[in-house]
Amino acid sequence: MLTEELVDLSRLQFAVTALYHFLFVPLTIGLAVILVVMELTYVITDRPVYKDMVRFWGKLFGINFALGVTTGITMEFQFGTNWAYYSHYVGDIFGAPLAIEGMMAFFLESTFIGLFFFGWDRLNKWKHFMVTVLMALGSNLSALWILIANGWMQNPIGSEFSFITMRMEMTDFWAIVFNPVAQAKFVHTVSAGYVTASLFVLGISSYYLLKGRDLDFARRSFRIAAGFGFASALSVIVLGDESGYTVGEAQQAKMAAIEAMWETEPAPAPFTLFALPNQATQTNDYELQIPYALGLIGTRSLTETLPGIKEIKEKNRERIESGIHAVVALEQLRKNRDDALALATFEAHKADLGFGLLLKKYTVDVSQATPEIIQQAVDSTIPRVAPLFWSFRIMVALGFAFLLLFSLALFYSIKGTFIEKKWLLRWALWFIPMPWVAAELGWVVAEYGRQPWTIYGVLPTHISVSNISVGNIYGSLAGFVFFYTVLLIVEVYLMQKYARLGPSSLGTGKYFGEGSHGEQAAGGALPAGVGANKV
Amino acid sequence: MDYETLKLIWWLLVGVLLVGFAIMDGHDMGVGTLLPFIGRNDLERRAVINTVAPHWEGNQVWFVTAGGAIFAAWPLVYATAFSGFYWAMMAALWALFFRPVGFTYRSKIHNATWRSTWDWGLFIGGAVPPIIFGVAFGNLLLGVPFHFNDLMMSTYTGSFWALLNPFALLAGVVSLGMITFQGANYLMMRTEGDIYRRARTASMLTGALTLVLFALAGVWVASSIDGYVITSVIDGNSQPDPLFKTVAIKEGAWMLNYNRYDWAIAVPVLAFIGLGLGVVFAQLKQAGLAFWSSSLGCAGIIGTAGVSMFPFIMPSSTDPRSSLTVYDAVSSPLTLGLMLGATVIFLPLIAMYTSWAYKVMWGKVTTEFVAANDKTVY
Ligand code: HDD
Ligand code: HEM
Ligand code: HEM
Repeated sequence: MLTEELVDLSRLQFAVTALYHFLFVPLTIGLAVILVVMELTYVITDRPVYKDMVRFWGKLFGINFALGVTTGITMEFQFGTNWAYYSHYVGDIFGAPLAIEGMMAFFLESTFIGLFFFGWDRLNKWKHFMVTVLMALGSNLSALWILIANGWMQNPIGSEFSFITMRMEMTDFWAIVFNPVAQAKFVHTVSAGYVTASLFVLGISSYYLLKGRDLDFARRSFRIAAGFGFASALSVIVLGDESGYTVGEAQQAKMAAIEAMWETEPAPAPFTLFALPNQATQTNDYELQIPYALGLIGTRSLTETLPGIKEIKEKNRERIESGIHAVVALEQLRKNRDDALALATFEAHKADLGFGLLLKKYTVDVSQATPEIIQQAVDSTIPRVAPLFWSFRIMVALGFAFLLLFSLALFYSIKGTFIEKKWLLRWALWFIPMPWVAAELGWVVAEYGRQPWTIYGVLPTHISVSNISVGNIYGSLAGFVFFYTVLLIVEVYLMQKYARLGPSSLGTGKYFGEGSHGEQAAGGALPAGVGANKV
Repeated sequence: MDYETLKLIWWLLVGVLLVGFAIMDGHDMGVGTLLPFIGRNDLERRAVINTVAPHWEGNQVWFVTAGGAIFAAWPLVYATAFSGFYWAMMAALWALFFRPVGFTYRSKIHNATWRSTWDWGLFIGGAVPPIIFGVAFGNLLLGVPFHFNDLMMSTYTGSFWALLNPFALLAGVVSLGMITFQGANYLMMRTEGDIYRRARTASMLTGALTLVLFALAGVWVASSIDGYVITSVIDGNSQPDPLFKTVAIKEGAWMLNYNRYDWAIAVPVLAFIGLGLGVVFAQLKQAGLAFWSSSLGCAGIIGTAGVSMFPFIMPSSTDPRSSLTVYDAVSSPLTLGLMLGATVIFLPLIAMYTSWAYKVMWGKVTTEFVAANDKTVY
C-alpha cells in the first residue's frame, strides 16, 4: 500500500539527498569556469602566479568535486529505488536527458578532470588550457541536461499519455529541449553556481589579505572573483526574474503561493513585500505591498490578471471532477483495450487524468469519491504558502546583497584600494556560506512549490513512489544520514585545512609558511566553518 | 527503421554499455580490490592508486551512463529492478561512496590510520559492487518474485536474503573474479618490480579461478535451472505491454537459444578463450595482450548471460506473464531512435578522447615517481 508515511519518507529522503548533492554542485559549476578564466590569463601572460592560482583553487575544486560525484550517484539510483512508478510513468521522456547527460557531459567533465590534475607536466600549456575548458564545458552541460529533465517536470510539454503502455511518451524532443522553463532554470542555476564560486574565491582571498599573507596571489584572485562575481550576481537577478516569469506562465499555483495571493487581484497586481500568510483562514494576517510590481514581473503587462489561490482552486475542482471520468475509463480500458465507450470517455477527459489521479491518495476506487474527498484533493493542489513565501524572499534578498557586495568589491578593485577596506574583506569572508543558503532555498521554492505533483498536472507525488515497505526507507534514510554526516565532516575538515594552507600546499616553496615549519606555519585561526563548503 | 529492430539494437547497446563498464570501470574496481594485498607499504599503495588516478573518474561514467541508458531505454526494468533489489542497490551505492573520497582524500593527510582506512574503503568500493551486480545477474537467471497491477505499478514480494542463494552467490564470485582479473592485468601494464610480480600472480590466480567457476555456473544453469519461454505470439512491433503475453517456466529453457541460433555458442566460447588466453599471456609476461584478453572475457561472460536469457531481461518467478522482455519493457520508438542517434554520435567521441587521455598519461608508475611528486599525485 502507498501510505502517507511511505510517501512522506520517500520525499524526505529525496529532499535530503538532493539538497545535499546541491551543496557541491554550484561550486563545481562555478569554480570550473573561474579556473578557465585564471588559466587563460596564465597562457596569455605566462606569469607563474596564475598557474599557481589554477593549481591551488583547483585543489579545492577537487575536494568539492569528489563529493559532487559521490552524491550524484545517489540521485541517479534513487529514481529507480524510491520512485519506481514515476520512473515507469515518465522514463520515456525523463530518461533521455539523463542518459544524454551521461554521454555528453559527465564523460567530458570526468575524463578531463583527470588530465586537469595530472597532466601539468605532460601537456603544453595550450593543451592543458584546452583540457580545463572541456572540463568546465562538461560541468555546465551536465547542468543543462539535468535541468531540461527537471524543467519538463515543472512544465511537461512535448509528450502524451498512452493507455496501452500506461505511461507518458515523448512526442517532440526539441520542444522538451527548448522548454522555456528549462532554459530559464538553466541560466538562473548556472549563474547561481558562478555567484557561489566567486564568493568562495573572494572570501578566501579576503582571508589571506586580512592576515597579510600571500598578498600578490590573493590580490589577483580577489580581482578575478570580483569581476566575475559582479557579472554573475547581475545575471542571477535578471535571470531569476525570467524564472519568475516562466513560473507565472507554467504554474499559477506556485506563483500564487510564492506571493501569498489568496484572491485574484485586479491587474496589475501588487507585489507583497512582507506578509504573515495563514493557510487555515486563507488570508494574510498582515501584509505590506508595492502596487503594480507583481503584475509587471509575473505577466510583463499592465492588463493581464494573475489568478489568486481561491480562483485556482475552483478551476482545479472542475478538473478533478472531470479527471474522475478519465481514471474510471482508463481502468476499464486496462481490462479491455477494445471498449469503445470507455475509449471515447477517456479521450474526452484525458487532459484531466492527472487531476483524477490526485484522488488515489484518498481512495482506491476513484469513482466512489465523496464531496469531502474531492474537497481534500482540491485543497491539496495548493502548496503550503508560508515556507514558499519566505524561502523566495530570503533568496531574493540575498541576491541583492550579493550584487551590492560584488559591486563594492569591483569598484574598489578598479580603484585598487580594496586591501585597505577591512570591512569589505570581512564581509566577503563571512558571507561565503550565503550563496549556498540562497541556492538551497531556490530549490525548495522550485520543488516544494510544485507539490502535490512530481510532474506538474500529470503525475501526483502520492502515486510516484516505489511500492516498498516503510522499514526499507527508515533504514536507507538512516544510512544516508550517517554516511553524509561523516563525509561532510571529512570534506569540511579538508576544505578548511587546505584553505588555510593556501598556495603553500602546492609545495612550490614560494608561499607563506613554506621553508621553515611547513604546514604548521600557515598560521592564524580561521573562524569555524569558514572556507568550508557548507550552509 | 522498424520498432522491432530498434528494440533489438537497444538490447545490444545496453550490452555494449555493460561490457564497457566491466572493462573500464572494472579495471579500476579490480585495482581497488587488489590494493591492500598488492601494495605492502604506503609508497607501493600510492603507486597502485596512481595507475588509475587520472582515469577512474571518467571510467566510472560508464556505470553512470549504463544506468541512465537503462532508465531511458528500458524504464520498466530500471523501475522494477532498482526498487525490487532495494537493499542490494543501497549496499552497492554505499560501497561506491568510498571511491571518490578514497581516491581524492586519502593522500591529502599524512597519517597512517587515515590512509589505511581509505585503502580499505577503496577495497570495499572495488569489491562489493561487482559482487552485488553478479548476484543480481544470478537472480535474473533464476527469476525474480514480482508482479504488476493493472496500472503497471510493480511490487516485489521477495526478501533481501532470498537474493543470496547459492547460485546467485556463485555468479557474484564469478563477477568479482572477472573484475579482479581485469584489474590485475591492468596493473601489470602500469607497474614494475614487486608490484608487477604480485599483480602477475594475482592475474593468473583470479583468471584461472574465474574460468573454472564460470564453467561451473554454466553446468549448473544447463542441468538444474529452469528457464522461461514466451508462449504467446510475439509481435515485435506492437506497443510494449508486458501483461499482454503468456509465459511458461520450462526446464532447460535457458539453453534453447544455443539450439535456435548457430552463432550463439560463440559467445560463451569467447568467454573461455578470453579468460584462458588472459592467463597464458600473464604467464608469458605479455601484460597488454593479457588485458585485452580479459576484456574479451568480460564481454563473453556478460554476453553469455544476455544470450541465454534472450528475449527475457527480468523474468518474474511468481507471475511469469509480468516478466520483462526486450519487446515489452522498452521505451517508445521515438525515444529509442533518438537515444540511438545520441549514442552513435557520442560513443566514438568518448572512445577517442578517453584513448587520448590514456596516451597522455601512459607509462609505468613507480614508487620513486610517487615519492618525487608527493604533493601533486594521489
Ligand atoms: C544544476 C546542476 C545539477 C543538478 C540539478 C543535479 N546535478 Fe548531478 N551533478 C552536477 C550537476 C547537477 C555536476 C556539476 O555535473 C556534478 C556535481 C559536482 C560534480 O562533481 O559533478 C554532478 C554529479 C553527478 C553525478 C556523478 C557524475 C560523475 O560520475 O561524473 C551523477 C550520477 C549525477 N550528478 C546525477 C544527478 C541526478 C540524477 C540529479 C537529479 C536529481 C542531479 N544530478 C542533479
Ligand atoms: C540538486 C538540486 C535539487 C534539489 C536541491 C532538489 C530539491 C528537492 C526537494 C527539497 C524535494 C522535496 C520536495 C517535497 O517533497 O516537498 C524534491 C523532490 C523531488 N525532486 Fe528535486 N531537487 C533538485 C533537483 C531535482 C532534479 C534535477 C530533478 C529531476 C531531474 C528532481 C526531481 C525530484 C523528484 C522526482 C522529487 C520527488 C517528488 C517530490 O517530492 O516532489 N529534483 N527535490
Ligand atoms: C533577485 C534575485 C532572485 C530571483 C528573482 C530569483 C527567482 C527565482 C525563482 C522564481 C525560482 C523558482 C523557479 C521555479 O520554481 O522553477 C528560483 C529558483 C532558484 N533560485 Fe533564485 N532568484 C533570485 C536569486 C537567487 C540567488 C542569489 C541564488 C543563488 C545564489 C538563486 C538560486 C536559485 C536556485 C538554485 C533555484 C532552483 C532552480 C530553479 O528553479 O531555477 N536564486 N529563483
